[in-house]
Amino acid sequence: MLKRRTFLIGGLGAVGALVVGWSALPPRQRLLTSAPLPVQGTQVPLNGWVKVSSDNSVTVMMCKSEMGQGIYTGAAMLLAEEMDADWAQVKVEQSPIDGIYNNLDNVAGDLPFRPDDHSVIEELTVWMTRKISRDFGTMITGGSTSINDLWLPMREAGAGARAMLCGAAAEKWHVPAGECRAENGRVLHASGRSASFGELAELAGQQSLHAHVVLKTPAQFRMIGKPLKRIDGPSKLNGSARFGIDALPAGLLYASVLMCPTLGGTVSHFDDSVARALPGVVKTLKVDAYNGGTGGVAVIAENMFIAMYALDAIAALGIEWNHGAAAEVSDADVVRGLTDALDQSDGHVYYSRGHIDGALNTAARVVSAEYRAPYLAHAPLEPLNCTVQVRDDGATVWVSTQVPALARKHVAKVLHMDADKVDVQVQLLGGAFGRRLEVDYVSQAAAIALEADGRPVQTLWSRPQDMTHDFYRPACVSRFKAGLNSAGEVVAWRNISASQSAVATSLKRNYGVPDPLIDRTTVEGAFDQPYEWPNVRVAQTTIELPVPVGFWRSVGHSHQAFFVESFMDELATAARKDPVAFRASLLEHHPRHLAVLQRAAALSDWGRPLARAPDGTARARGVALHEAFGSIVAQVAEVSIGADKSVRVQRVVCVVDCGTPVNPNLIRQQLEGGIVFGLSAALYEAITLDHGQVQQQYYTDFPIVHMDDCPVIDTAIMPSEAEPQGVGEIATPPVAAAVANAVFALTGQRLRTLPLKLA
Amino acid sequence: MLSLNINGRQVLVKSDPDTPLLWVLRCELGMTGTKFGCGIGVCGACTVHLDGTAQVSCQTVISDLGNRKITTIEGLQGVDAVALKAAWSTVDVVQCGYCQSAQLMAASALLRQKPKPSDQDINDAMSNVVCRCGTYPRIRAAIHEAARLKAG
Repeated sequence: MLKRRTFLIGGLGAVGALVVGWSALPPRQRLLTSAPLPVQGTQVPLNGWVKVSSDNSVTVMMCKSEMGQGIYTGAAMLLAEEMDADWAQVKVEQSPIDGIYNNLDNVAGDLPFRPDDHSVIEELTVWMTRKISRDFGTMITGGSTSINDLWLPMREAGAGARAMLCGAAAEKWHVPAGECRAENGRVLHASGRSASFGELAELAGQQSLHAHVVLKTPAQFRMIGKPLKRIDGPSKLNGSARFGIDALPAGLLYASVLMCPTLGGTVSHFDDSVARALPGVVKTLKVDAYNGGTGGVAVIAENMFIAMYALDAIAALGIEWNHGAAAEVSDADVVRGLTDALDQSDGHVYYSRGHIDGALNTAARVVSAEYRAPYLAHAPLEPLNCTVQVRDDGATVWVSTQVPALARKHVAKVLHMDADKVDVQVQLLGGAFGRRLEVDYVSQAAAIALEADGRPVQTLWSRPQDMTHDFYRPACVSRFKAGLNSAGEVVAWRNISASQSAVATSLKRNYGVPDPLIDRTTVEGAFDQPYEWPNVRVAQTTIELPVPVGFWRSVGHSHQAFFVESFMDELATAARKDPVAFRASLLEHHPRHLAVLQRAAALSDWGRPLARAPDGTARARGVALHEAFGSIVAQVAEVSIGADKSVRVQRVVCVVDCGTPVNPNLIRQQLEGGIVFGLSAALYEAITLDHGQVQQQYYTDFPIVHMDDCPVIDTAIMPSEAEPQGVGEIATPPVAAAVANAVFALTGQRLRTLPLKLA
Repeated sequence: MLSLNINGRQVLVKSDPDTPLLWVLRCELGMTGTKFGCGIGVCGACTVHLDGTAQVSCQTVISDLGNRKITTIEGLQGVDAVALKAAWSTVDVVQCGYCQSAQLMAASALLRQKPKPSDQDINDAMSNVVCRCGTYPRIRAAIHEAARLKAG
């Protein structure tokens, strides 16, 4: 099976770099980078994904950004598994920008196909999209795609590296390579001889590449499936982990910015007479609006505090702004725009089956409802920042980003340089949740650094700037009409929602791509759910508003799951059926979903009496089931009501089927974190607008869950050998519905607007 | 020039006396383990110890510090710190990690005062430090685990 081909044309260069004629590989190969990997010390690259060193370290090249989701660990496990590396010797290094690291699944995941669509058209379109993404796509960490995207190439790279190490041992020992095997960082031979990866590194680098490798079967996995601890854990316990804000190149200057309070506005005039006289102030300047962002005033200073202080001095003298189109938009205008669109349009149909109008006309009973969700900010704890140094011969960028190649492109544009003159050093991300898919702050930082005479400048946004100049989760209004027959069975499901399009606006501001006219993310979570309604029509209508919208953890699912799973509960009530049994009755042909639902019901003691909360108040349960990013999640929330009518969530049970669980520890972390993130939105968060100005500035007026209101979370993972699916976003969507359904069970009040507030 | 006692050493700093400790640590001394989150003391990301008590460094002006002993994550030591870091590791608490310096600073100040904290003690001591990733359940478990480790 192992077909040996020689691709090595230059052998090992003086610095140990692998110079490879990769034209011999298929053009869309994902094994070898176009330029040799950077090496340190005795590192030897075995392909574009891994380097081995004489000190036995195995350095995995990481093309995804670590924002807390654990991809450094999960992806490194894929490679280390097939390489048979010793996990204790595995390190991770952020990869350079190269086509082999382009994300093949990001665009494919946004195609408007239902998960149960396995038609020829679906398969061909996905296949074509993945092929095109290899050549014309980009490096991107988002859309819960990392594990799917890396599942094959990183295991193949690991298996190829193992074969080269075995080949090196065979050459050294004069035995057939087929008699050598790898185990825990060593190559072994039946004769009893053995050598560490480090001892074999140099010779391994001279072996031919193996284009065809045989991957392990699940029964052979030693790491995949194990709850290994995070590889980035230790550095985050002693302050040594380096986030974007921690890039401190020599001679660093700091910049603070104040943008027009009206979204999309610019600066007309400002008075810097006081600011410029302050000691430590280097420069003041006007900055344009970049990539859909907002223009503003910046101060460059020797110290961040001086920069902020000087900016306050400028603001105190009054800044004249050009407020722009958003100044006409307040909350009431948004709601009116959305409801008008629903009144006037039948929308674009994303899913239909049967005869919806006839079924509704003949239904024994029709139930209708309207649901609403507000704009939301991402509010990662590390405020947006980017450090740039502009030299005559190029530029270096230190930034926490989900899109390094896009960041490079836009910095090059601002600096009027070729992209290959811009070096992007991706730092750890202090949270992102989709905010760092945007590059407005990166372009802005480049423009500011251009004014610093070659010194590096860190541009750091204050918390209010971060909160008031986001690309928000779109506000959305959704209407349902369902028909039940006399037996209480759902015979018709009609749903239409209205919102802005994050995809259309993002493609325009970041990629220069025209509006694709359909945006699956606006309606994901509504058109793609498993329920077997005999007659169904799910549609969406898009409106344009001068309010920037973007990708917020779980995107469309974040609100559509609340709408759909709350309305499902309304139908269960109308049918006088138990909410779990009601859902189960619509999942006859979806056994995975049914199993997840039933496991969550069992773990939460669904149907059994629930003891009172510690403060003596009554509690009730609510359930929600949701499919997103290839994974299936069911949650049961246990809720009580405080004396101040606040909704208190005591416990959430969460069950997931995410295919092969690569690392159960990381999966549980993401379920826990996703639930807390979703709970903050369910209970507290809303961004409101007054004449285009965001009214929230801090975690006080945009509250998030703290230690004292965080529930107990119990998670369970279904066993599976299916391909692994994303877990970074899946736990966020269903929790608002599970909580709202529990509130209904407890109080009889059906809450149809987020955040949840009892009357 | 002011002299500050940071992690057991006297350090001369040239920043303006009105500068918050956070920016002196980060910009002048390059000690980046202490994080900026909000600048008004509501997120807790910049938590350090002043004489062993958890305080937000963005609200602490250096001219007010005098001889107070400043401890940052880089200098966090002792039995509580060892137990907490071991527990943080066992439970595998961290996600993005941006708030975790502050979580450890707050937790060690808690353990020093209450070697066996209740859930309510943890709520009281830890609710000032936000974690956008939602690691709260694991932080709680790790603090209980650290208390067990410390009790031996």
